[in-house]
Amino acid sequence: MARGTVRPLVVENTAAIRGDTVARPVATWLPATITAAVPLTERSRSLRLVVPGWRGNVPGQHVDIRLTAPDGYQAVRSYSLATSGPGEHIELAIDRLPDGEVSPYLVDVAEVGDKVEVRGPLGGWFVWRPGDPRPVQMIAGGSGVVPFVAMIRAREAAPAGNPFRLLYSVRSPAAAMYRDYLEHSPVGTTVNWIYTRNPPPGSSRPAGRLTSIDLDSHVIPVEQDPLTFVCGSTGFAERVSQMLIERGHPASMIRIERYGDSR
Amino acid sequence: MSGHLDGNSLAGPLSGTFRFDPTVAVGLCDTCGDARPLAASPVYGSAMGQIVRCARCDSVLLTHVQTPAGTYLSTQGLTWLRFASEADPRVTS
Ligand SMILES: Cc1cc2nc3c(=O)[nH]c(=O)nc-3n(C[C@H](O)[C@H](O)[C@H](O)COP(=O)(O)OP(=O)(O)OC[C@H]3O[C@@H](n4cnc5c(N)ncnc54)[C@H](O)[C@@H]3O)c2cc1C
Ligand SMILES: [Zn+2]
Repeated sequence: MARGTVRPLVVENTAAIRGDTVARPVATWLPATITAAVPLTERSRSLRLVVPGWRGNVPGQHVDIRLTAPDGYQAVRSYSLATSGPGEHIELAIDRLPDGEVSPYLVDVAEVGDKVEVRGPLGGWFVWRPGDPRPVQMIAGGSGVVPFVAMIRAREAAPAGNPFRLLYSVRSPAAAMYRDYLEHSPVGTTVNWIYTRNPPPGSSRPAGRLTSIDLDSHVIPVEQDPLTFVCGSTGFAERVSQMLIERGHPASMIRIERYGDSR
Repeated sequence: MSGHLDGNSLAGPLSGTFRFDPTVAVGLCDTCGDARPLAASPVYGSAMGQIVRCARCDSVLLTHVQTPAGTYLSTQGLTWLRFASEADPRVTS
């Protein structure tokens, strides 16, 4: 890993790891091995990892990934899980930020067989629990689609259930992570696309940021009491959640996950 | 360092300090009386730790700093923090 100017987000500390690891297994760093790396777009790829001791997760949760350089320098970043359920295999999907410290390493450098450390599963708020009867609306910007892939996969595996809708905002068709999967109509989910820069030829909507008109055309209306999830860069998440509130969606029915932003 | 995140990002960093899932814990702002899960509150990170602010009035609710000497947790802006009572906060599938 290249040594960057960015310091690690978490400073490891004895007080934090001295706790009862049986009661708090989530705080433990588990060694993991990369078992597969599959390009998703020109700047992103999925990584599959085997994590001995992993205890499974629900759709929407994330992990922290810790990388350690030969000189001992460490960096920690959060990544959503694209998979859910039991077993010791997990899938992540990482989008490369050109000036980033960790994401270029995970997208371009790390190889099958390499080891990283994983802490998780994390977060019990931004989750969908199979069996929840409410209709589900997901709104993703860019790599914010990753936790929704876990939810859509879990919805597909459920025998029957509530309607799922995904509204996915991306620069162009080629920039869409998991495009093949999402274009082949996963069972139970309707997918609508918003292209912000280069729409496919023949599309009626001009290129541009997601607007309130797009929400009116594609989002499950408030009268149906949907649970609405929003995930993407902080700017995207703030804008979309603001528009939802203006359209009468109660804040208690909106779950947001912010990935960060340049400032 | 990225711009602000939200309390979903606290789940890992606070997992060694809290015995509960911080994302679903509800905090009451001592300044304005707003109550919401930490997951829905803005979080500012630095190399040392995290600062959680009130989504409504921007007051500092909670500061979590890890140093070689130990972990500092300040709940200066919270009237209370409500979390699930069971000892094991794990989300099970
Ligand atoms: C809960 C959670 C889940 C996440 N899940 C995923 C995921 O599934 N896939 C994924 O690719 N990323 C995800 N992220 C973002 C990820 O944690 C990193 O922030 C991202 O990979 C950038 O790290 P870096 O080290 O490459 O960049 P850094 O070196 O940290 O930052 C480089 C530059 O990019 C800016 N920046 C940082 N983050 C973003 C962002 N998200 N958008 C735009 N600019 C940014 C910074 O301000 C800085 O200018 C998630 C974040 C959180 C909090
Ligand atoms: Zn307040």
